[in-house]
Amino acid sequence: MNAAVLSADLAYWAQSLLRVLGGLVAVLLPAGTIVYLFLFKMMSFMQSRLGPMEAGPYGSMQLFAEVGKWLQKEDIYPARADRFLFKIAPLIVLASTFLLVVVVPFGPDAWFTDFEAGVFYMLAVSSVSVLGILIAGWSSANKYSLLGGLRAAGQLIAYELPMVLAVVGVVIQAGTMNMQGIVVAQNAGSMFGWDGLGNPYVLTQFVGFVIFMIAVQAELTQTPFDMPIAESELVSGYMTEYSGFRFLIFFIGEFATAGVFSMIASVLFLGGWAVPFSWFGWTNLNDIDNWMNVAGPLILFTKMVVLSFIIMWVRFSFPRFREDQLQRFAWKVLIPVSLVNIMLTAIFKVAF
Amino acid sequence: MSLLGDRQQLAYIASQAADARVNVELETEGMTLNIGPQHPATHGTLRIIARLDGEQVIWAEPSAGYMHRGYEKLTEVRTYPQVTALVNRIDWLGSFANEVPFILAAEKLMGVEAPSRAQHIRTILFELSRIANVSLFLGDLGVQLGAVTPVFFAFRDREYVLNLIEAATGGRFHPNFDRIGGLKEDLPAGFIDETRNVMKKLRTFCDQIEDLLFGNEIFQSRTRGIGVIPKDVALQYGMSGANLRASGVDWDLRRDQSLPMAWNKVDWKVITHPDGDSFARCWVRLQEVRESTRIVDQLLDTIPAGPVMAKVPKIIKVPEGEAWVSTENPLGEMGYYVVSQGDMGPFRVKIRSASFNNISIVPWLLKGVYVPDIITILASLYFILGDIDR
Repeated sequence: MNAAVLSADLAYWAQSLLRVLGGLVAVLLPAGTIVYLFLFKMMSFMQSRLGPMEAGPYGSMQLFAEVGKWLQKEDIYPARADRFLFKIAPLIVLASTFLLVVVVPFGPDAWFTDFEAGVFYMLAVSSVSVLGILIAGWSSANKYSLLGGLRAAGQLIAYELPMVLAVVGVVIQAGTMNMQGIVVAQNAGSMFGWDGLGNPYVLTQFVGFVIFMIAVQAELTQTPFDMPIAESELVSGYMTEYSGFRFLIFFIGEFATAGVFSMIASVLFLGGWAVPFSWFGWTNLNDIDNWMNVAGPLILFTKMVVLSFIIMWVRFSFPRFREDQLQRFAWKVLIPVSLVNIMLTAIFKVAF
Repeated sequence: MSLLGDRQQLAYIASQAADARVNVELETEGMTLNIGPQHPATHGTLRIIARLDGEQVIWAEPSAGYMHRGYEKLTEVRTYPQVTALVNRIDWLGSFANEVPFILAAEKLMGVEAPSRAQHIRTILFELSRIANVSLFLGDLGVQLGAVTPVFFAFRDREYVLNLIEAATGGRFHPNFDRIGGLKEDLPAGFIDETRNVMKKLRTFCDQIEDLLFGNEIFQSRTRGIGVIPKDVALQYGMSGANLRASGVDWDLRRDQSLPMAWNKVDWKVITHPDGDSFARCWVRLQEVRESTRIVDQLLDTIPAGPVMAKVPKIIKVPEGEAWVSTENPLGEMGYYVVSQGDMGPFRVKIRSASFNNISIVPWLLKGVYVPDIITILASLYFILGDIDR
């Protein structure tokens, strides 16, 4: 993570190294946590089994064993695949995750880039992964992959819109598109003159929060929106032909994106890295003590775990929608509701 | 002599060709999708050839035979007691139920009837194998529709039933326990109490599945109105079992025949549903598990004392003749047409298995549905590959 305090003291290469390491930690740590905690353990407990128990205490080293297994596997191409596109597709998907994490603030000075139009940028780069998925589906030269890729493209484009509209409410209320600004606006704010909890937007923008989480679920192609993957009918869709390291990249991309989207949701709706400023008598960003640069990432990580728990909980409990049903749900339910939400937010903003 | 010059003619031809190309491009090309032989939705190696227009099926046909094991032919070189070891591999999830109609047919030819205690135990084991079979269907239904959790509940609770079958017969999957004239052994000690406990657990399992799946709105929207089979079509295609009852036909061989079994001695009802869609088929099966637990509970109360084996010769020779016996198996009507020429083994056996007839409706049913609905329909028709290919 790049601390602005440090930037004056460090050489450019050292700053770059810190940024790269910070980026890797910010992407891989949530992915590993989600996979072990939820995919391995929570899912097992929900299904009355134990999950991995052998590798390490309570199977905690299982993930490393899995990664080792994937690294050893042969790199297989289908005979008629478009090799170049086939190779770069997983990288595009993972790149979209790294591009997303760039605008997430982790503390008062701990950010990768303090971008004025952060929310706008986030919404734009989150749809880059569609390209990767579509390329993967097309280049595999497999009918199931093609169907999966096309379904994914249709679905991700349809759910991009409710996501954008859900965030608009937050942007109106905060009055800024800067992610750091949204965090400050929530924690320095007050509810009816009482500032003990700040003003987390999950309370005022609850509708927006729910729509955002549903759209995230669909963007991540998790059940009940996993039609593009659909293990029992399309045999994993666009991922069918991938094995070894390339599959691992898809896998990391899926769960890292779940983590990053959870972080973004906690920044937008749950107050992000900060505690309510009134607790320590802060009034703005410059007052904040330096220790928040260490505590902030931990607070954000905790909120991330809670939100990904919800995502995974839904994933393990529901059957999946059909393609036309989920399109209808996006266009006929989510988008009208979020439009009404925006209108009400704007009216209240002007009125108060 | 043409009025047009050469260059004009060439230009005309070129424009015609361009039009033709545009027309060809606008016509979407059909795609043939092979679902299977290796596919998670086919429970084995069934292949469904589907011609798609976009995601819509315009033509589909099941192609069976990838797992043909030739049981009808094999029975001709086995003795009668050896045949049960073959036939309980037909529907491998409810294997005891496969043995019963064959043994009944052989008994019919020999003029032997099993003692009353053996009939009761046969019926109990028959219903237990139905519960083991259909409870796995209920879990698998979730997996086919994308919910991963129910299948683990199904495996957990099916295990109790398999333990019971193992306790009584010695085999979890392939009991090979039925004999001409009765059963191999009596029930083990403690079987009756344990069975009562397990039936209670199975009823809880049914409630759980009903909450988890059948009450779920996504599940209902995926299954209601999908793959509707009207009554007359179901009869035309020779469907049987729960698939037929879900189309509103009140037909159950357990009630409608008088076989030397104990079904008509207890109180239970035949479940039907008027809709004939995928939801109806799943719902009927769920209710039938409940009815089966009721049948088992009542049979446990009324089980008579006595021997479990009638007097039959050590070396079984079946007199000349032909016999047809069919029963209501977990998947539908299963019957054996046994031709004997007085030898130690049958001369010819024709096996009528339920799934083969049940999937014959697939080409009719899949016309015009979407790819995700293929999976729903196949899951709700519920076939087992061994039962199709034999």
